[in-house]
Amino acid sequence: MGLSLLGTKVGMTRVFDEAGVSVPVTVVKVGPCVVTQIKTEKVDGYNAVQIGYGEIKPRNSTMAMIAHDGKAGADPLRHHREFRVTAKEIENYTVGQRLEASALEGLVYIDVISTSKGKGFAGVMKRHNFKGMPATHGTERKHRSPGSIGGRATDRGRGNQKAGIRMPGHMGAERVTIRSLEMVRIENEKGLVLIKGSVPGANMGLVELRTPTRLYRSKAAKQKAAGK
Amino acid sequence: MDQQRLLDSVSSAQLKTDVPHMAIGDTVSVHTRIVEGDKERIQQFQGVLIARNGGGINTMITVRKIVDNQGVERVFPLHSPRIAKFEVVRRGDARRSKLYFLRERSGKSRRLRDRRRGMHHYEIEMQGGAEPAKG
Repeated sequence: MGLSLLGTKVGMTRVFDEAGVSVPVTVVKVGPCVVTQIKTEKVDGYNAVQIGYGEIKPRNSTMAMIAHDGKAGADPLRHHREFRVTAKEIENYTVGQRLEASALEGLVYIDVISTSKGKGFAGVMKRHNFKGMPATHGTERKHRSPGSIGGRATDRGRGNQKAGIRMPGHMGAERVTIRSLEMVRIENEKGLVLIKGSVPGANMGLVELRTPTRLYRSKAAKQKAAGK
Repeated sequence: MDQQRLLDSVSSAQLKTDVPHMAIGDTVSVHTRIVEGDKERIQQFQGVLIARNGGGINTMITVRKIVDNQGVERVFPLHSPRIAKFEVVRRGDARRSKLYFLRERSGKSRRLRDRRRGMHHYEIEMQGGAEPAKG
């Protein structure tokens, strides 16, 4: 069904492809992820694989987590995630198994999940791409304001605003999924994955790479041609 | 490995090692590979190197020349495989790293003096082992 790996965003650079075209890439250091638990239909009600990633000092972890990771023969791990698998696939995994970037071999596209950079309390122009107000023609002190947020008629006389009106507020620092990004290259010995384009979040941030859940027809055809 | 080293390790294989020492103010000739259909030919662009931006694989150089009395500037990625060769035609003397002031110059004042501040650039070439300057 799927596979999920954890990694760290290293940063962006460029590579030149065979035609000499400059391709912007984000470098993600993937794994090694340790399989810390296998959940089965019988015991847990569903089939899933739990993985752990990243070092943590034992004193910053809890006894329960240290023992949990210890069962997999691993040092204390900072992050844990689980992903669903089918009953058949689950036999490919064993507790303590290490998953590296090479597990993504054969994939052309990938979903990337990460926490975006926090932008603080942002106005509507930045947060919702509103146009703001004109710069001139008598506009005073309202150049970046949202304009009308509804009148008495829109709330049917109740006095409160219609729900869901886009307004200023906290922006960023939220979980963002970008689907079907192209993988340019996998460098196994260094555990690096090169993903075309940008990836949410800051450098050094935690990144989750997942097998694509849905692909456009053209991309699905490309994936099929590459196998796996 | 720290973050920057990892990034460098990704791009290091594509960095060119045969780029001659080109200083700002030099007149350089850039040989670009142009693919038309299945044929490939080389196009040259010769002008004054007026700026160098970025570092590592992102290094870009700006070359300025005058065509029909009209200034033309092209920006090249230094490490692009589409560029077959760089050639230094003439060494020019420049005391700043960005020669944007040349854009406002016309006529004779557009020219830069030949490099004559010692043999500094030759020493660099000897160490770097790059091809020596012509003329």
